[in-house]
Amino acid sequence: MSPMTAQVVTLKIDGQDVSAHENDSILTAAREHGVFIPTLCNLDGLTTLGACRLCLVEMAGSPKLLPACTTKVSEGMEVVTSSERIAKYRRMVIELLFAEGNHICAVCVSNGHCELQSMAQTVGMTHVSVPYLYPKRTVDASHERFTVDHNRCILCMRCVRVCDEIEGAHTWDVMGRGTAAKVITDMNQPWGTSDTCTSCGKCVHVCPTGSLFEKTASVSEMLKRRHFLPYLTMMREEVE
Amino acid sequence: MNPEELRKIAITQKESNAQYKHQICVCTAAGCVSSGADKVKDALNAGVKKLGLESTVQVKGVGCMGPCSAGPLVRVKVRVESEGEILYKEVTPENATEILASLDTGKKIDKLEYNTDVPFFTRQKKVVLENAGYVDPDSFVDYIGHDGYEAMIKAYTEMAPQDVIEEVIKSGLRGRGGGGYPTGLKWSTVAKARGTRKFVICNADEGDPGAFMDRAVAESDPYRLLEGMAIAAYAIGADTGYIYLRAEYPLAVKRLRAAIRQAERHQTLGNGICGTTFNFRVEIRLGAGAFVCGEETALIASIEGNRGQPRPRPPYPAASGLWGFPTLINNVETLANIPYIVREGGDAYGSIGTEKSKGTKVFALAGKVENTGLIEVPMGTLLKEIIFDIGGGIPDGGKFKAVQTGGPSGGCIPDQFLDMPVDYESLAKAGSIMGSGGMIVMDDTSSMVDIAKFFMEFCMTESCGKCVPCRVGTVQMHNLLEKIANNEATEDDLALLQELCDMVKNTSLCGLGQTAPNPVVSTLRYFRDEYESRLVRKGDNGSKPQPEEVKA
Ligand SMILES: Cc1cc2nc3c(=O)[nH]c(=O)nc-3n(C[C@H](O)[C@H](O)[C@H](O)COP(=O)(O)O)c2cc1C
Ligand code: SF4
Ligand code: FES
Repeated sequence: MSPMTAQVVTLKIDGQDVSAHENDSILTAAREHGVFIPTLCNLDGLTTLGACRLCLVEMAGSPKLLPACTTKVSEGMEVVTSSERIAKYRRMVIELLFAEGNHICAVCVSNGHCELQSMAQTVGMTHVSVPYLYPKRTVDASHERFTVDHNRCILCMRCVRVCDEIEGAHTWDVMGRGTAAKVITDMNQPWGTSDTCTSCGKCVHVCPTGSLFEKTASVSEMLKRRHFLPYLTMMREEVE
Repeated sequence: MNPEELRKIAITQKESNAQYKHQICVCTAAGCVSSGADKVKDALNAGVKKLGLESTVQVKGVGCMGPCSAGPLVRVKVRVESEGEILYKEVTPENATEILASLDTGKKIDKLEYNTDVPFFTRQKKVVLENAGYVDPDSFVDYIGHDGYEAMIKAYTEMAPQDVIEEVIKSGLRGRGGGGYPTGLKWSTVAKARGTRKFVICNADEGDPGAFMDRAVAESDPYRLLEGMAIAAYAIGADTGYIYLRAEYPLAVKRLRAAIRQAERHQTLGNGICGTTFNFRVEIRLGAGAFVCGEETALIASIEGNRGQPRPRPPYPAASGLWGFPTLINNVETLANIPYIVREGGDAYGSIGTEKSKGTKVFALAGKVENTGLIEVPMGTLLKEIIFDIGGGIPDGGKFKAVQTGGPSGGCIPDQFLDMPVDYESLAKAGSIMGSGGMIVMDDTSSMVDIAKFFMEFCMTESCGKCVPCRVGTVQMHNLLEKIANNEATEDDLALLQELCDMVKNTSLCGLGQTAPNPVVSTLRYFRDEYESRLVRKGDNGSKPQPEEVKA
């Protein structure tokens, strides 16, 4: 629907009356009004996924928690973005992620610039209460400029989405189920032998952790630059 | 074909069936085929030929008769016009001569007889399976000769789409795929949804371990499923339908494919159905055996050619489904109820069952129970009737402990609920769910921790890996259950397990994760002592728990 005809709805977020376009997500509406909701799989400029479950919010009249990133606002909706229960679940999501992979911040290229690391602080994680799984995962350094270290991957699918939706190459995809799921290049070939990869580096820069990084980066040196994403999306929308 | 032509086929078929003096029905559903029913049928056919009985004896393959563990099953109707029927069990090809010889003498073969005057048969009520065991699943004309397509002709020629929906609403039918969502409401939502195209999807993925209700319908009565889909398509205005069928059911694939071809030839599918201008085509899509692909949004993604992963709802498929068009998705058993509802009327269907759970339900009875197999009972039948009357109780003098319903999304119900009617609300109140109809009976030798671990392992390996709570949470819960089963867990581990159950249930993206903790939660609710007795007590240094009497 074009912005000309979009309807405006009013809703309550944490007791505050706010207005939003009917096509907005709860997340967009909350941000516009300065309410912070933690997110990890979501990235402005990419399609929404609803996979990390960090952005779950409570809804009046419904026992179910709903992801703010994929749920549209509606008239009269009453949203609660933080409560003791939600805070606990968010902490547990991060703990589960830390226990799932092999995240050793001290030796990571993204130490200090990692979204997983900073989210742990944001949600108040003091320790990991579930046992570490210590999975055996691989590193693929076959690409001449980039490396993928699956030990640090949290399966947020940002790389898959940016490659498909923005670059249009669809080099990245997923294979496997459960904790065996992993991101792959082409048909699970070494990245360096990929026919479709344009070496644009967009995946590296949207990756929230040190899973995708530039080979020139050493510990703590991998800074991710994402300004291209909102810029490209804006320019494309203007063309349309 | 127009209705008159279809009715003519029905009459001709009825007449030709009546010509035979005797009818021998051999079960050709997967259960009996696996124990050799095909060879029995061949031997009977050869015998008929040898004795020159072709004009008096009809040998035909039919669908599932229910007590699958006693297969191969053969039903003999001595003189078709009389109601006398004899059921023979565990028939071998060598028995063929005997059976044929017994036809004219009218004497039963005692050693083969399966007594049908027992609760297993008399307490059942067949609606969905009314044709199973009577109709040749490979024959369009035999289906129509058993009043098949009557409902379709009625709907297409006498009823407006809205009238069909009204009947379904009146019937009170609820989805049999697990959720129990009112079918009439779903139909009217899709009918009202705006879209240039609409689709009907039949969910035949049946991934619950131990469940084979949908398989029996698809194998025993494929035309009924197609009839149900065509009526649904007419009601909501869809032009294309998909049957999402698991590839592990090769016989169902074969029969449905053949049935689609036959139905198109007779224009009960395809263009100009029943002499009207309405078109509806059906295609089969094979699922590659992922449990999560039974979830409706994952199933739709899979049909679209994408990875079978669920997406957050809303939007529901009724508003935005296959390729973004409004889509009706129903389970096999749900759709197989439709011909009965349209033919007999919504009120007639609604008179079966309880106030909030109408009609019948097919269950796959398994585990520690005398009679295993497929049963269909009115909703509201008492749990003890199912287990002790129909099921024949626990074998070898065992003691009933619990019954597991709903598979990996369900729970264990202990003996204090034996007097409970089996319907959606009562099962939910007891901490389980109706689910798709799996019912596993357990005796006092079964360990509840092991059951919970089994289902958690299933969910863990079937998790698609998209959302964090289900992907990682199920692994953590499974590991904790294993620790408990190995007598290595502490009270803290049990507390952590419970916390994870709560978290995974409330934060997972789709039904798989949201219900994965159910088997643990329900066994903890009723059999907590089984968990606690395996814990390493505080103060113990060894890893083995001390038996109570030693500690005292
Ligand atoms: C993990 C999971 C597996 C499912 N598997 C099946 C299945 O095998 N067959 C089925 O009919 N429904 C299955 N469902 C339910 C479907 O999502 C859907 O609700 C159902 O097909 C709707 O049909 P109904 O209204 O006729 O029940 C499953 C749901 C979940 C969450
Ligand atoms: S590699 Fe990075 S961007 Fe890709 S899924 Fe893993 S964590 Fe997300
Ligand atoms: S940000 Fe909403 S689920 Fe990940």
